[in-house]
Amino acid sequence: MRLIRYIGYRLLLAVPVILGIVVLNFFLIHLAPGDAASVLAGETGAATPEYMAQLRHKFGLDQPLSAQFLHYLLNMAHLDLGYSFRNDSPVAALIFDRLWPTALLMVTAFVIALALGILLGLIAATGRNTWRDGVISLVSLVAYATPGFWLGLMMIVVFAIRLEWLPTSGFDTVGAYNEGWAEVADVARHLVMPAVALALFYLALYARLMRATVLEQAGMDYVTTARAKGQTERKVMTGHVMKNALLPIVTMAGIQAGNLIGGSIVVETVFGWPGIGTLAFDALQSRDLNLLLGIFFISACLVVVINLVVDLVYVTLDPRIEI
Amino acid sequence: MTDIVLEIEKLTIALPAGADRPNAVTDVDLVLRAGEVTCLIGESGSGKSLVARSILGLLPGPHVRASGGRILFQGQDLLRAGPAEMRAIRGAGIAMIFQEPMTALNPLHTIGRQLEEVFRIHTNLSRPARRAKVVGLLESVHLPEPARLLRSYPHQLSGGQRQRALIAMALSCQPRLLIADEPTTALDVTTQAQILHLIRELQREHGTSVLFITHDFGVVADIADTVAVLRRGDLVEQGSAQAVLGRPKHPYTQALIAAVPKLTPPPVRLPSKAPFVIQARDVAKTYGARGPFGGRVTKALAGVEMELRRGETLGLVGESGSGKSTLARAVSRLLPVDDGEILLSGRDIAHLNRWQLRPIRKRIQMVFQDPYGSLDPRQRVVDIIAEGPIIHGAPAERARAEARELLGLVGLDASAANRFPHEFSGGQRQRIGIARALALRPEVLVADEPVSALDVSVQAQVLALLADIKTRLELSMLFVTHDLRVALRICDRIAVMKQGQVIEVAPTADIYAAPQHPYTKALFAAVPGANWQDRTAA
Amino acid sequence: MRAGLSRFARNRLALLGAALLLCLLLTVILAPVAFPGDPFRLAGRPLQPPDASFPLGTDTLGRDVAAEVAYGARTSLVIGIGATLGAILFGVVIGGLAGFYRGTVEVVLMRLTEFFQTIPAFILAILIVAILSPSVTNEVIAIALVSWPAIARLVRGEFVALGGREFVLACAGLGAGDARIIFRHLLPNCLSQIIAVGSLLIGTSILIEAGLSFLGLGDPNVMSWGLVISAGRAVLRSAWWICTFPGIAILLTVLAINLAGDGLNEALNPRLRDR
Repeated sequence: MRLIRYIGYRLLLAVPVILGIVVLNFFLIHLAPGDAASVLAGETGAATPEYMAQLRHKFGLDQPLSAQFLHYLLNMAHLDLGYSFRNDSPVAALIFDRLWPTALLMVTAFVIALALGILLGLIAATGRNTWRDGVISLVSLVAYATPGFWLGLMMIVVFAIRLEWLPTSGFDTVGAYNEGWAEVADVARHLVMPAVALALFYLALYARLMRATVLEQAGMDYVTTARAKGQTERKVMTGHVMKNALLPIVTMAGIQAGNLIGGSIVVETVFGWPGIGTLAFDALQSRDLNLLLGIFFISACLVVVINLVVDLVYVTLDPRIEI
Repeated sequence: MTDIVLEIEKLTIALPAGADRPNAVTDVDLVLRAGEVTCLIGESGSGKSLVARSILGLLPGPHVRASGGRILFQGQDLLRAGPAEMRAIRGAGIAMIFQEPMTALNPLHTIGRQLEEVFRIHTNLSRPARRAKVVGLLESVHLPEPARLLRSYPHQLSGGQRQRALIAMALSCQPRLLIADEPTTALDVTTQAQILHLIRELQREHGTSVLFITHDFGVVADIADTVAVLRRGDLVEQGSAQAVLGRPKHPYTQALIAAVPKLTPPPVRLPSKAPFVIQARDVAKTYGARGPFGGRVTKALAGVEMELRRGETLGLVGESGSGKSTLARAVSRLLPVDDGEILLSGRDIAHLNRWQLRPIRKRIQMVFQDPYGSLDPRQRVVDIIAEGPIIHGAPAERARAEARELLGLVGLDASAANRFPHEFSGGQRQRIGIARALALRPEVLVADEPVSALDVSVQAQVLALLADIKTRLELSMLFVTHDLRVALRICDRIAVMKQGQVIEVAPTADIYAAPQHPYTKALFAAVPGANWQDRTAA
Repeated sequence: MRAGLSRFARNRLALLGAALLLCLLLTVILAPVAFPGDPFRLAGRPLQPPDASFPLGTDTLGRDVAAEVAYGARTSLVIGIGATLGAILFGVVIGGLAGFYRGTVEVVLMRLTEFFQTIPAFILAILIVAILSPSVTNEVIAIALVSWPAIARLVRGEFVALGGREFVLACAGLGAGDARIIFRHLLPNCLSQIIAVGSLLIGTSILIEAGLSFLGLGDPNVMSWGLVISAGRAVLRSAWWICTFPGIAILLTVLAINLAGDGLNEALNPRLRDR
């Protein structure tokens, strides 16, 4: 019951954030040099004059700024993100079509990064100053400095071109028409490289954070208490330190959600993964700014939802948070 | 002679290279007997806590280690026991409780789970049997509603309750030895009295041997059977409590005991008829913690009345949360108040804005509690002291020259001027803080627990300095403290605060002789070692 | 501060980072000497693999990849440092105001900060550059606009913590004005943390810049690593070297900055010292 109330409260808090994104979008439209209608129409010259006129009317571009904003707000409230001439389709439909591959990629990368990051951080912290710690720290330092898109390209060179183990790009094999598990396996083979390329940076981030927080927590008084009870080192780690050390990881996962979406744009572009990222890249190439704004809006909303989930996970983990 | 539980022989604990001395403690010999409470007393940095931790093999990290000696427990040398052997002893044969009851408990586990853990480690009891044991334990430490407490988290308990839970945890396997590392230092005086009583009660009941680490002679007087005095790693004196407290042999012990302010009535002074310099009228202050659903608000001050006469020292005493520090900061106008008047020589300053306040600032100055936090680590001492006059328009050179002179007044060498705060000890830093306050030539000095973070010998010096300066510069002083001994020593009148209100105010001698309010009586009754100094003097 | 520097000097990884950074700086300075003329200049046959005359090969148009990498260093550093300075300036102002004045100011400013931390930073950077047109200045603006929240949160946290310390209260009690408390006491006491976190931000900024220019949002008139990689992508199958070497340059640069930044962090931030 209290949890439901808390969810309600958090949803209420999300409203100004969403509103803020709308304001930011509106601001960006007007930041663009030239007519706002041409921004909304996409690539200049692609739209017919009739459509431009219709746009001006629809967005109230002939009216004062406040009225324009109201129009814009109403459109956004109906999830009417405009029309992409280049793709001959409503922006919202375009984005929702591509949502599933991006979600698949992000969730896979997130799970890899979180699970391996926590594991490696734990190994490094427990074997502090041993060779394991050294290797893990070095690898995570390098991974933390590697641009995801370049890593993707290098993986293509090695695993797809030289070794021919994995396909270079795409969501599944074109023209294979696999069914059932065969299709799942095919998608999985296509998913491996983009997911790893996207995950590696975050894996390093979580490993570094986990190592640091485990070491910090290990110095706390309650750990000494647990030892003074006669608890084994392993149980002290799994029973006491781990859970406390996970709290900052959860917080970080929430903060990084937005960056994960951003990172997926370049990685999708590299691997031709048919998600929002590739859509954004195409929109960029054709200067379809309205489509880009739509993508920004939807992904920001997605991040808000992810943060809501992260917050809920946090309150269930930490009894000190009164909800 | 009762049977020996633990024998420490020539224990030496090595410190890492670069520490202020090579060994934390050197050649410590200590014998702990069943049914006895042994107090290991020492000032900060004496190495007393490390001795306690070395027994259970809980020394911090690879740098601090026991480098010599033996610790014999049931025929086994604990310094040479393997990890598995140590684990079998920890919590079962020897248990330990700590200073900070908040951080010593895992914040994410329920109290019940943390207590049960001991039984999970050391016994094969079934889950219901463990639960029953835990409930019994919580009852034995007099915690209310054990069944509900089982499901509570540490943050939902008060400090005293947490310490009780930790004691229950330590006693679960009926250990032969209980190590208590300053278990009451973080607690209020009335709670401290209860916890001391509890430890004594349980110890008598089970015949446990207790090693009690403390810095407080009052606590020693209350609880100890035998006493060992540690000074910078050397055990300078040990013997029965009566002998050490009554007829200390070593000069260090003698000096330490002499430095403890006596809990005796000061000479009766004629009530001052001087005009009021500060009056607080119905002052209210609420701290609001706005949460998602309204949240909690705490009333720090609920209509306080307080008067300070010119030239007198008024003590504000009370336990944590009583509002005494808030009141001190409110009359110094370092906190905005919600309601009421603060009169400085008859003029209300409670609602002045910051520009109107500037001339007022010179007249009221504050000395703070924390010798480490109250000086800007990046400023030189001379700049710290000269800052006030410079703010109020004094030429920088003259302000600095006067700052150097002030160093002499507070008993510091002139060479201190160009050094940074971290180069000084706690007591010296408090002197710097006093000099900073004096630089503005205030009429009123507000001292907020100025000696509570200091060791007892340093405490006596700083108190003497404050008293001396007050008389010489004809200051009026508002002195906030939780320590009744200190208050009796320095104050003309004492105001007792509870829940944001002054519940009793009277001349020091009167309030000592005949406290009126039940809470005041309880406070005086709870002072540890209330009359050992009288007893031994007789 | 001096003790901090000697701690830094004892940290071998940090010294390695500093050495790498020195090499990078030399590359920036010596690039016009070693590769005179425009890096966009066609130097030889297209798609030559690395050999004696072109140690890193040539790209699709016959430009010297080594020259491209050398000139790209300057772009990366300029944008990385410029964006970080912008982010620090903005973050210190926002975080400082929030942490000093608390109350409503804090609530509003920190909501704003959280907002900017929540929204997908990279996509916002893409949008800003795409709308303002790709140029070095606009890249700096865009990256600074998405990176300041980390600094703001740090400064706010430090100001709140320091504001509760008694020396700040004492200073207010002396009658000091806000400016004196902020500039004489608060800022100097959190400067080392700002430097440490800021140095790590340079690395992140360079990564964002590489991503932007890889997507074609780099300044078309200035050589940058991301641009070279993006141009080499089409011929990845036949000419691996075009993409590989600029990427290694990015990796080494960011690694060097992170190593040095970690070293600074450990040296200047006493809480981390024991790790």
